[in-house]
Amino acid sequence: MENKTAAVKMRNITKRFGTVLANDRVWLDIYKGEILALLGENGSGKTTLMNMLSGIYFPDEGQIFINDEKVMIRSPKDAFGYGIGMIHQHFKLVDVLTAAENIVLGLKEPGRLNLDEVARKVKSICDAYGFDVDPYQKVYNMSVSQKQTVEIVKVLYRGADILILDEPTAVLTPQETEKLFAVLRNMRDDGKAIVIITHKMHEVEALSDRVAILRHGQFVGDMLTRKTNAQEMTNMMVGRPVTLNIDRPDPVNPKPRIEVTGLTVRDMEGTLKLDNVSFTANSGEILGIAGISGCGQKELLESIAGLQKVESGSICYVEDDGRREELIGKDPLSIADMGVCLSFVPEDRLGMGLVGSMDLTDNMMLRSFRKGKSFFTDKKQPRSLAEQVVKELEVNTPGVSTPVRRLSGGNVQKVLVGREIASAPMVLLTAYAVRGLDINSSYTIYDLINKQKQAGVAVVFVGEDLDVLLELCDRILVLCGGKVSGIVEGRGASKPEVGMMMTRLGGKTNA
Amino acid sequence: MRKQNTAMPVLHISKRTSLPLYKAWAIRAVAILLALVVCAVVTTALTGLNPLGVFKAMFDGAFGTQRKIWILGQNVAILLCVSLAVTPAFKMRFWNIGGEGQILVGGLATAACMILLGDKVPNWLLIVMMILSSCLAGAIWGGIPAICKAKWNTNETLFTLMMNYVATQLVAFFVIVWEVPKGAGKIGIINQDTHAGWLPQIGSYKYLLNILIVAVLTVIMYFYLTRSKQGYEIAVVGESEKTARYVGIKVEKVIVRTMMISGGICGLAGLLLVGGTDHTITTTISGGRGFTAVMVAWLAKFNPLVMVLTSLLLVFLSRGASEITTIYALNHSFGDILTGIILFFIIGSEFFIGYRLSFLKNEQKEGKGNV
Repeated sequence: MENKTAAVKMRNITKRFGTVLANDRVWLDIYKGEILALLGENGSGKTTLMNMLSGIYFPDEGQIFINDEKVMIRSPKDAFGYGIGMIHQHFKLVDVLTAAENIVLGLKEPGRLNLDEVARKVKSICDAYGFDVDPYQKVYNMSVSQKQTVEIVKVLYRGADILILDEPTAVLTPQETEKLFAVLRNMRDDGKAIVIITHKMHEVEALSDRVAILRHGQFVGDMLTRKTNAQEMTNMMVGRPVTLNIDRPDPVNPKPRIEVTGLTVRDMEGTLKLDNVSFTANSGEILGIAGISGCGQKELLESIAGLQKVESGSICYVEDDGRREELIGKDPLSIADMGVCLSFVPEDRLGMGLVGSMDLTDNMMLRSFRKGKSFFTDKKQPRSLAEQVVKELEVNTPGVSTPVRRLSGGNVQKVLVGREIASAPMVLLTAYAVRGLDINSSYTIYDLINKQKQAGVAVVFVGEDLDVLLELCDRILVLCGGKVSGIVEGRGASKPEVGMMMTRLGGKTNA
Repeated sequence: MRKQNTAMPVLHISKRTSLPLYKAWAIRAVAILLALVVCAVVTTALTGLNPLGVFKAMFDGAFGTQRKIWILGQNVAILLCVSLAVTPAFKMRFWNIGGEGQILVGGLATAACMILLGDKVPNWLLIVMMILSSCLAGAIWGGIPAICKAKWNTNETLFTLMMNYVATQLVAFFVIVWEVPKGAGKIGIINQDTHAGWLPQIGSYKYLLNILIVAVLTVIMYFYLTRSKQGYEIAVVGESEKTARYVGIKVEKVIVRTMMISGGICGLAGLLLVGGTDHTITTTISGGRGFTAVMVAWLAKFNPLVMVLTSLLLVFLSRGASEITTIYALNHSFGDILTGIILFFIIGSEFFIGYRLSFLKNEQKEGKGNV
């Protein structure tokens, strides 16, 4: 393709996990001086394929060629030896060490360790590509985006010229994303081969030179980004035409349902997480919560759900007939006992919302198992609920007796959302409902949320993708450092405006 | 930087997603066969004895006579009882290694009832009081570390372990208080003339009652853990406390309740030992069962029904090992060596059940048994 040289050729790569075929005879070329976007739905085998390149998995069949030479990558160390570096979704840094210390950690360089020399080398890498890293800064003082930068510099320091980034923008603000993209473009111009795994179409279009698409473990094709568009790529990923517009039906008879006033929350260390937050969530309406991650979104939802200790303020649940119930100081069980039907889709799906080692049926009972006076549990209802969720939300699972841990991210989320809306809630709290989900699953979730809204549920939607927030939500509350930066109407709000409010208190708000 | 290494990796280990039951048992059977072969080689090499004779002696030591079978059954019952006791705690990821202490205080409470009330209340009332007090004592002994864990997040492993020593000293103290005759340093058989507080004997079978009680307990525990709401709560708390709080389970309450059940059943084991068979109490009456039970429960992956087999295996091995040391006048360590080899293979076989070994280069074979 355009007389570029292939840095990596993967040929006939097959990987099985038990009976599941994760990669099926995949052919993939990665070129120098090019940014390749690897696309595919959840469970289509993107991460598995890249893990084989970075030495985490070993292919069952097939060959890998690096610079036209057949190689055997048995461990991440081997991968580094071939100049392959992968930046994972979850950073692997030691908090109490500085950037420079983290970067040389595990490297066996001859001679004594000279951290100033390391810092100089780090600095030169940063200057070459436009990174912004202080080698002497401790990791625990860094923002998420700085930590990610350290991860990237770490692999560059080790001489990587093939970089793989697994959903790098999931944790970044729009501004930080722009900065990352600029750096990646610099690296491409320097002749490095870059692979980026992402679900966000507009990022693919903005950044990549070429896209390669996987579906059900098979390679379905690649093309130049400028010769294609989001619609075509999505269709290829899903295997059939899909629509890319998010519906936003009008609010249904909105009435105040949750009234939060002066909510202030401190975490265990005494840091202020929420500072005098006030807002109202209406029934039949989706209230979006925007903000850089860690700005108090988690504490806000958990306070309403009765899981967070609150310092001061009030959270009032308003019934249809105007009766008001204070939720602060109550645990989830007593909130439910009061007849407040509250559903919560937490951010940490397998650590909080579900029990990974239990099967679908047992996970369906998590909320309802206390029902009835019997000493024993009733598994019939949860089982039929599980079967219903599997059928209606098209959950891809061998059966309802499969541990949810074995399901892919999107299917796990469907199970969780399915259970939470099955209780016919009055309030639905969702945190990053589509994080890590592919387009098709994401749209299923948006649909479900819209249906809840039309049924008169007050939906609170904490999101990270501004485009989605702006398309889906009726109103958007922007948090900045635990304070309300402003509340804007979803219809008509602009992305730069909300982005500004996320980073600077107030931005230039009206509403 | 570049390495030139194109050698094929010989072995490749991957996790199995599932394995049919018969295959898993086939792997275990191969492991036991291999263990016996290694035992035979070691026996011949070290002692020059005929390994088949040694195996036969081992078997005879456990099953040789009717009396031996009954003793085996009794030992299995008590070990199984303690294993059932620690299981709910372990399922909750509460590492209760205080079984010893909980058995001891249960036995102590039983002995106290027998000694102090033996001639004061009717026998049926005495036995009821023994049952209640032994369970209560065990429950308190298990409950104290649980309350501290729930309130202040103390380390339950250290706490339960230390409670063992406290219990041992407590028993040692009361042995001196109640010693018969004065200065003997032991209690001797309690109520030898009246048999007050001795658990009733079914027919002429001294151990049958204990075995029956534990059999019923096994079934109850199985259904408690797999079908009851409390068992479900235990599983959720064990998997993730965050999830438990999220769905409104009161984690502290579940921890304390479960540990009281766990300790209470250990106390019951103490009752079976003191009131059912030994009719006396010593500081060593539990015989390390509080620790052996941990292994029984883990080997059975916390399934009460499978624990019948694993406790049988461990008791068989220990009875067999002591038999060969007597018959062949071998050092006691030799029996332990054989036990060790067998356990090593059985535990090792679990690796081959959980993981698949493939030899690359076209042939896809499975390794079995050997480690």
